[in-house]
Amino acid sequence: MSIHFALVGNPNVGKTTLFNALTGLSHVTGNYPGVTVERKSGAMRLNGNTANVIDLPGTYSLAARSPDEMIVADVLLGQQEGEEPVDVVLAVIDATNLERNLYLVSQLRELGKPLVVALNMMDLADRREIKIDVAVMAEALGVPVVPICAHKGHGVSELLQALTEIAHDVSGIYSGGPLWPDELRHEWESLREELNGLSAKIGHEIHPMEAFRILVDKGGYAEERMAATLEDGFISRLEERRTRAGSGASLAGLEARGRYAWIHEIVRRGVLKPSERVTTMSDRIDAVLTHKVGGTVVFALLMVVVFQAIYSWAGPLMDLIDGGVGWVGNMVGSRMPDGVLQSLVVDGIITGVGSVLIFLPQILILMACVAVLEDCGYMARAAFLMDRLLSRCGLSGQSFIPLLSSFACAIPGVMATRTIADRRDRFTTMLVAPLMSCSARLPVYVLMIAAFVPDERILGGLIGVQGATLFAMYCIGIAVAVPIAWILKRTLLKGETPPFLLELPSYKWPQPRVVAGKVYRQGKEFLRRAGTIIFAITVIVWALAYFPHSASIEQQFEAERTALTTLLPEGAELEDAIADIDNREAAEHLNNSFFARGGHLIEPLVKPLGWDWRIGVSALASFPAREVVVATLGTIFALGSDVDEESESLKATMNAATWPDGSPLFTVPVALSIMVFFALCCQCGATLAVIRRETQSWRWPAFTFAYMTVLAYVAALIVYQGAVALGLGSA
Amino acid sequence: MRTLDQLSPGQRGVVHSLQGDSMMHQRIQEMGVIEGAEVEVVRLAPLGDPIEISVCGYFLSLRKSEAALISIDEDDAPSGA
Repeated sequence: MSIHFALVGNPNVGKTTLFNALTGLSHVTGNYPGVTVERKSGAMRLNGNTANVIDLPGTYSLAARSPDEMIVADVLLGQQEGEEPVDVVLAVIDATNLERNLYLVSQLRELGKPLVVALNMMDLADRREIKIDVAVMAEALGVPVVPICAHKGHGVSELLQALTEIAHDVSGIYSGGPLWPDELRHEWESLREELNGLSAKIGHEIHPMEAFRILVDKGGYAEERMAATLEDGFISRLEERRTRAGSGASLAGLEARGRYAWIHEIVRRGVLKPSERVTTMSDRIDAVLTHKVGGTVVFALLMVVVFQAIYSWAGPLMDLIDGGVGWVGNMVGSRMPDGVLQSLVVDGIITGVGSVLIFLPQILILMACVAVLEDCGYMARAAFLMDRLLSRCGLSGQSFIPLLSSFACAIPGVMATRTIADRRDRFTTMLVAPLMSCSARLPVYVLMIAAFVPDERILGGLIGVQGATLFAMYCIGIAVAVPIAWILKRTLLKGETPPFLLELPSYKWPQPRVVAGKVYRQGKEFLRRAGTIIFAITVIVWALAYFPHSASIEQQFEAERTALTTLLPEGAELEDAIADIDNREAAEHLNNSFFARGGHLIEPLVKPLGWDWRIGVSALASFPAREVVVATLGTIFALGSDVDEESESLKATMNAATWPDGSPLFTVPVALSIMVFFALCCQCGATLAVIRRETQSWRWPAFTFAYMTVLAYVAALIVYQGAVALGLGSA
Repeated sequence: MRTLDQLSPGQRGVVHSLQGDSMMHQRIQEMGVIEGAEVEVVRLAPLGDPIEISVCGYFLSLRKSEAALISIDEDDAPSGA
């Protein structure tokens, strides 16, 4: 019979380190149904038996405002769908932060379940000259208290010992505890009776802890959930109870004061602290890192490093993967007969797998950076420094790193939003992250600017028009993201502004195991969830570009090739001519495909943007992955798909391209409208897949796709028409 | 009586009262900022907001708009060096 443990505690207390120490590499990650909180569990050996450990999200209190926050209480009460009831609660607390940590412990005692307290960070407490009388604490709390130092492994065997001895003697926790005023006790008991009378409707018996939360958490999730089950009148009766319970005073205040009074008494008896807080190395480091000037400089440098890591250092790895996939594709392709199956396997499946793997370097690098920054304690400082700037946009300081990362690639950026505690902020950040001009958009900008934007200087030679245009494209994303975030916060993601209460934990050395564990899990999750979607998209795109594959086109070009081989001798000239035929054939096939039919269909729609069907097809083909746009343009203009944004032949061909009536296709307004469209459109199936994974719903990625497409279209329209009106078309 | 957002780095006091009864109030009191708690302003962020305070033996950052809801009884004695 296996025992189920639940690990609970404040954030930053070393819970994860302890979890790793107990469960080794056996963890499983997943999700709780209906919420976006990550579920972590593992197995450990205890007394010859297997025990299951569930690592609950870090929290300061069981009071919940949303389903995400209610998870901890629900799992502990055995009310969470799909979860086994918890047998023993293992609370991890920080010895250097006892008062605040004991707040949660005081609530956990009221669950009536066997409880063991692991007093972590004893080494840090020593350094701060904090002396704790563990026996006094254990006696006051009524539960076993085991001092440990999780990252050094000290005390873990004693902890396991305490867990095996726990038996199920819960008598200790029913004595003592905070003193509540009689009125509060009375209303609490009476509420519980009222709700238990309605248990048929509610579906379960109400635990005293749940009743307490319903009573005290005004506007909280416990109340909201109960009100949804019962009929109207419940809330108003509840309000009356609250007024009576607190004699008019705030119940939240009563609870906090009651618990802290009890805690202070325990700490007074059992803890000896120096009268003035000992300044530690951590404090000294903080003085520099949050300093007005010094701190900002260090912050800027760190951000540059993180950005560069994703933007540049991932490059060689990505090239390696690209090359590897290409090699595999060529190898397999050469062993297969020409035809639809070969194309499916090489251009569809192998390319599909490649298009998933190519994101791994950027994701793993950013996740590693984020994990290191989080683990060492710097993340909180980054949020602290950036909050003012971001709260002006309706976000919070914690959105900074995800948004910055999105300038390199939105996929790891969206994944990094997990560090944002508030659901509304997290979602808003995810929904505007794709507006940050990522590295895949750069080829479009470079190509369009080099080919069509004049290489002039204005303002007396100070500013180059080309450089300024590039900068403007980056700014457009930010300029649009700000009002969008503001609007989202006021409409779809409306709600109470969460308090920006952020603990600034002591700095510590990041733990390689914790960092590696996080990176490994994120990578695995990406491959599993997003990977399947990206792969599916790639295969669908392949099909739309391949079918209907016309045999007559094949024959026509094969005839050309044969004719040519009889005319010319073997050599470079013949090879070039054959390559040219291959390119023209590829163009014909594409022109004949479903994609192209789609392009022709939408031509009336894109004409106001100055585009013809060829540009339309390129844009359409880029919807799943914008990085294919240059190759697609190359194919359409019969230059083959190997062109890149620096290709002179592509630029020349584009310059010469015309509409049926002979007027030039690519003008400055057209180039601008193309760039603006790409800047604002969400042409990345992978990003949408990751948003789906993080929000646990298809609604949000669908919404992101829709709003950005509309935005991109309207903006491109305005830019094109405006540029023409301004006379830029004649250039 | 001043509110917490009006204090400068280095100034300390005791929480006198908290105006209101929203989620913010509950959260902030759970974190230890309750009537009678000693708090000290440690620093302001480079852009002036948020502020970092020390309370209950740890460091907490909060926005000035949130700190404005907390009234402080200030120490008359000059803050330590």
